[in-house]
Amino acid sequence: MLRLESASLGFGRRTLWDGLDLSVRPGEFLAVLGPNGSGKTSLLKTILGQQRLDSGRVLLDGGPVHRGDRRIGYIPQQKLVPAGTPMRGRDLVALGVNGHRFGFPVTRKGERERVDELLDSVGATGYADRPVGSLSGGEQQRLRVGQALADDPVLLLCDEPLLSLDLAHQRGVSDLIDRRRREHDTAVLFVTHDVNPVLDKVDRILYLAGGRFREGTPDEVLRSEVLTDLYGSPVDVFRSRGRIVVVGIPDAETHDHHDHHADEHPEAHG
Amino acid sequence: MIDLDTYVQLLGLVQNSIIAGAVLGLVGGLVGVFVMQRDMAFAVHGISELSFAGAAAALLLGANVVAGSLIGSLVAAILIGVLGARARDRNSIIGVLMPAGLGLGILFLALYPGRSANKFSLLTGQIIAVDSPQLAWLIGISIVVLVCLLVIWRPLTFDSLDPEVAAARGVPTRFVALAFMVLLGLIVAVSVQIIGALLVMALLVTPAAAALRVSSSPVLVPVLASVFGFVSAVGGILLAIAGSLPISPYITTISFLIYVVCRLVGGRTRSRRRLAAAV
Repeated sequence: MLRLESASLGFGRRTLWDGLDLSVRPGEFLAVLGPNGSGKTSLLKTILGQQRLDSGRVLLDGGPVHRGDRRIGYIPQQKLVPAGTPMRGRDLVALGVNGHRFGFPVTRKGERERVDELLDSVGATGYADRPVGSLSGGEQQRLRVGQALADDPVLLLCDEPLLSLDLAHQRGVSDLIDRRRREHDTAVLFVTHDVNPVLDKVDRILYLAGGRFREGTPDEVLRSEVLTDLYGSPVDVFRSRGRIVVVGIPDAETHDHHDHHADEHPEAHG
Repeated sequence: MIDLDTYVQLLGLVQNSIIAGAVLGLVGGLVGVFVMQRDMAFAVHGISELSFAGAAAALLLGANVVAGSLIGSLVAAILIGVLGARARDRNSIIGVLMPAGLGLGILFLALYPGRSANKFSLLTGQIIAVDSPQLAWLIGISIVVLVCLLVIWRPLTFDSLDPEVAAARGVPTRFVALAFMVLLGLIVAVSVQIIGALLVMALLVTPAAAALRVSSSPVLVPVLASVFGFVSAVGGILLAIAGSLPISPYITTISFLIYVVCRLVGGRTRSRRRLAAAV
């Protein structure tokens, strides 16, 4: 469904990835991992048609991708909506339905019903009429999932959607995305630097690091020798109670942050 | 103090000014809602100084002052829109443009041999000094801004909230952002004629800021902002023609008082809400 063919991208002298071949099936959950600056977000921008490849191509359903393709749903990094923004929960979702349309801002009946459906499907009906700026990060992120599902996307791109959410909301939001791909065969590309919250849902992993990449199931990729090879320095992967802890990554701050956070509540990962 | 008959006669004379003020108040309030959401209060000020420079140049050259003011503010708005896509770039560009524009304007006025009242009015406004054909232009421009703003309302809202997602969802974000700058430039040029370059924010920022203190409804905020703008502009003109003081201080004072009241009312409902949440 989504195919990258010998795709390469770099900025200046730095190569993000080179000769990347990737094909994602409908309903597949692909986690994209890697340290900061490894080109995870650039990969999403490329698929969104906002970033040109140096070489190779990206195809969605056989055709090249283009800007503003409404078959793709996009869930951005958690950015809190400022308090006082004149917008309710339902208005955020409505932007996914008709926010791109020019013309007098009147919402049609069919669109209103669609917004209600979407609110219901992400469990946000209860706070749909509250100002977005007064909602918690987790509630706002549920609304963004609803917004991204507005046109029944065949592909869902998620850029660190769980960042700075507490564990209960991490689970809630990732369950929502997981249910969507199971019930509607939507492919999911899930960029994250901590795989643990979604480890039980991931089919495959694309690991980007140091201008290179490895792709395969979690068991194939998340191994000490694979990551040691990718990073070119000794990296250890430990498994403990169904969680994965990676130790020794050169740029370790981001990993430490989340692992530490997760360690305080091991039960949430069951 | 003047008697009622004289007042009514005066009203007839300034009828067109009142209409222009009313339309500007309404449209300025709406534009202000986006000025606040896009964090562009400083841009409004920057555009108005270049608008002043354009108007002063036109005065010196004996050209149409409204046209000069339009050219100045469109140049500023487009420059800020193209060069200052990111907030930090934008503020530095405005910081550079503003004194340059104001300086040029003062130079043109210093060279202008005509009456000094005309000079002063560009900075602090004097709608009564604007003749009827020009007033018609001001009203026409305001209506064009209103219609265009309504047409781009939704994509502009999307872009103001989250430009990255808006782009991913098919909003032509660059076009929408630039279109808004052009509309802002147009309405600033109109405001410069009516309340003066230094006081433009009283109609383009204060009413929307006041509305946002008391509501976060996507319908109520624009409606209130328009009403506040309308009341400030029309109220200011009606009060001013009874006396001998200029119009602008009336408009800015009404608009400021509305803001103060909204702030007090909003502060009270907010703390009550917080209390309710804590219980």
